[in-house]
Amino acid sequence: MRTITYAAAINEALAEEMERDGQVFLIGEDIGESGGVFGVTRGLHARFGDERVLDTPISEEGLTGAAVGASLLGGRAVVEIMFSDFSMLAMDMIVNQAAKTHYMTGGRLSAPVTIRLVTGTAGATAAQHSQSLEAWFVHAPGLKCVAPSTPADAKALLKTAIRDQDPVCFFEHKQLYNAKGEVPDEVEPLPLGVGRIAREGTDVTLVSYLKTLQESLGAAETLADEGVSVEVFDPRTLVPFDRDGLRASLEKTGRLVIAHEAPQRGGFGAEVAAFAAGECWDLLRGPVVRVCGTNTPMPYAPELEGFVIPDAERIARGVRSLVGAGVA
Amino acid sequence: MKGDDGVSDTDLAPERLLRLYRDMLLIRRFEERAAELRMAGLIPGFLHPYIGQEAVAVGVCAALGPGAALTSTHRGHGHMLARGASPARMYAELYGRRDGYNRAKGGSLHMIDTELGFLGANGIVGGGIPLATGAGLQLKRTGVEDVAVSFFGDGATNEGAFHESLNLASLWKLPVLYVCENNLYGEFTRQDRHQVVKDVATRAAAYEIPGVIADGNDVLDVRRVARDAVARAVAGDGPTLIEAKTYRHRGHYEGDMGRYRPPDEVAEWLARDPIITFGARLVGEHGVSQKALDGTATEIERTLDEAAAFAEASPHPDPEEALEDVYTETHEGMALR
Ligand SMILES: Cc1ncc(C[n+]2csc(CCOP(=O)(O)OP(=O)(O)O)c2C)c(N)n1
Ligand SMILES: [Mg+2]
Repeated sequence: MRTITYAAAINEALAEEMERDGQVFLIGEDIGESGGVFGVTRGLHARFGDERVLDTPISEEGLTGAAVGASLLGGRAVVEIMFSDFSMLAMDMIVNQAAKTHYMTGGRLSAPVTIRLVTGTAGATAAQHSQSLEAWFVHAPGLKCVAPSTPADAKALLKTAIRDQDPVCFFEHKQLYNAKGEVPDEVEPLPLGVGRIAREGTDVTLVSYLKTLQESLGAAETLADEGVSVEVFDPRTLVPFDRDGLRASLEKTGRLVIAHEAPQRGGFGAEVAAFAAGECWDLLRGPVVRVCGTNTPMPYAPELEGFVIPDAERIARGVRSLVGAGVA
Repeated sequence: MKGDDGVSDTDLAPERLLRLYRDMLLIRRFEERAAELRMAGLIPGFLHPYIGQEAVAVGVCAALGPGAALTSTHRGHGHMLARGASPARMYAELYGRRDGYNRAKGGSLHMIDTELGFLGANGIVGGGIPLATGAGLQLKRTGVEDVAVSFFGDGATNEGAFHESLNLASLWKLPVLYVCENNLYGEFTRQDRHQVVKDVATRAAAYEIPGVIADGNDVLDVRRVARDAVARAVAGDGPTLIEAKTYRHRGHYEGDMGRYRPPDEVAEWLARDPIITFGARLVGEHGVSQKALDGTATEIERTLDEAAAFAEASPHPDPEEALEDVYTETHEGMALR
């Protein structure tokens, strides 16, 4: 076991997949010699050269489309969208083209492309460099969506994504890049749709992912001191979603809180809540609580940003509102 | 400084020339001090300094009347200051304070001053190009004889938005100045690694509009080219693509050391500093005294001292203000949290 950062884990997954399969190549803006704005692809250009690490002009639709197009002929492109906000310029290629290729061709063609979307705020990055857009992609049938919260999961799931025969959107949170965690020496791909219990508990199930998962773990720690036992469930992948895993947790706790950085309205939490209300109704002992980003764009000033994004304290408050006067 | 008085370059009075110098120096010092303030922890967000490119913003804005509409980029402070914006309110915005131009919601990347027709910096590369096109459309629709200006970089000309906008503007003969500041890099990527053409201006041929190159380090040359483009636009003859050749002295953003640039290239451009060279010309050819230049510098420091003090004294926003401004009118059932 080694302790490495989330960014290093992603870098290793890319390198190992490129070693394994000559069809795997990287494409994105300033990912080559300079190693990317967040340094995630550092060293890969030196190792694999121009042919495998393609620096592109500032042309999101063009570069994403080129990746999708290459994937139709057997290429395995991994796209970096420097800030997930810029994926909006590539939506035609992602949503109208890649997502639907397999379906609308009656299964004759597929677009096995991996799109890495750099997500969330980095601190005062404001409205066009901070968004958490995962729900947009979750909503497009045909796309698989991965949102790893630890270095080990990031490495394993990126391998899975690259090998997957369908287009996969892979969300990476900027504020996790320097987060460290244990990663086994040999990492095998993890199956999609298998969540994990990030912390065991018996009173409330708290579903969370990416940076907010860390906040949720902080909240669980605080609440433990107050006598509330929180089980933190990390779905790891949003599409497919580990329904059985969540159900098993709810069987223990009977209470559900969902926390994410993206705005609450139409967010991924709504999907989880609807699943619980529809299919775990028998297990629920109280209403489903969401602790999410406010329904606002991301403001610039730190105190405004802090208001918008749920932190451990706000998540703890959300849990308390559910357990109320006491845990029965 | 806003407003072209119709005077040609050769006839510009010393006071007007000194004003151009002053505006460039204001931008330079605003940016240098912003970088220091950021280092000191007073500015939390990104800064993309305009240092080195001052002659472009000042030259173009000197050719505009008060009714022009402008869109800008991530490197937008220079455009805004050249248009006459308040350094104090700009610093307040960068500090994230209530008296900032965007009430602390925008920061560097989204700053606006609607009274100056300044429709905003932009966090999205190329994002301002279609917006300026639309501003030009609105001027034309309403019969206003004025122009829209879009500033953007060499890198932005590889976005689809550039092509679509120039085609529209050419087709509809919109009164738009497309001002490409070719500083030879898009982020860390040299121009020859992101496009094959050297002269972005040649792309104008695809739209059958004029493509003109200006010396982007010579404020008078930029002003001259911009004035021609304004005249053409106002006459109803349509848009112009202006390419101003220039260079940013610093990294792409504060914190980027710019190591991907050859030192001799940097040195060559530093030797052509638009402010120093213009100052020397003013003294050597236009009878402006060194004392006048020095006085200008002193006045600018005072302005910026006051601006920073204003920002410092401005209140922090109340966290709940995050919920304001999402809509102009909020309706029942539109929960903001
Ligand atoms: C759509 C989009 N893609 C990428 C970026 C990241 N980015 C910000 S500035 C920049 C370089 C822009 O280069 P150029 O247009 O030449 O302007 P310059 O920075 O040289 O002034 C890039 C890639 C962005 N902000 N928006
Ligand atoms: Mg440039």
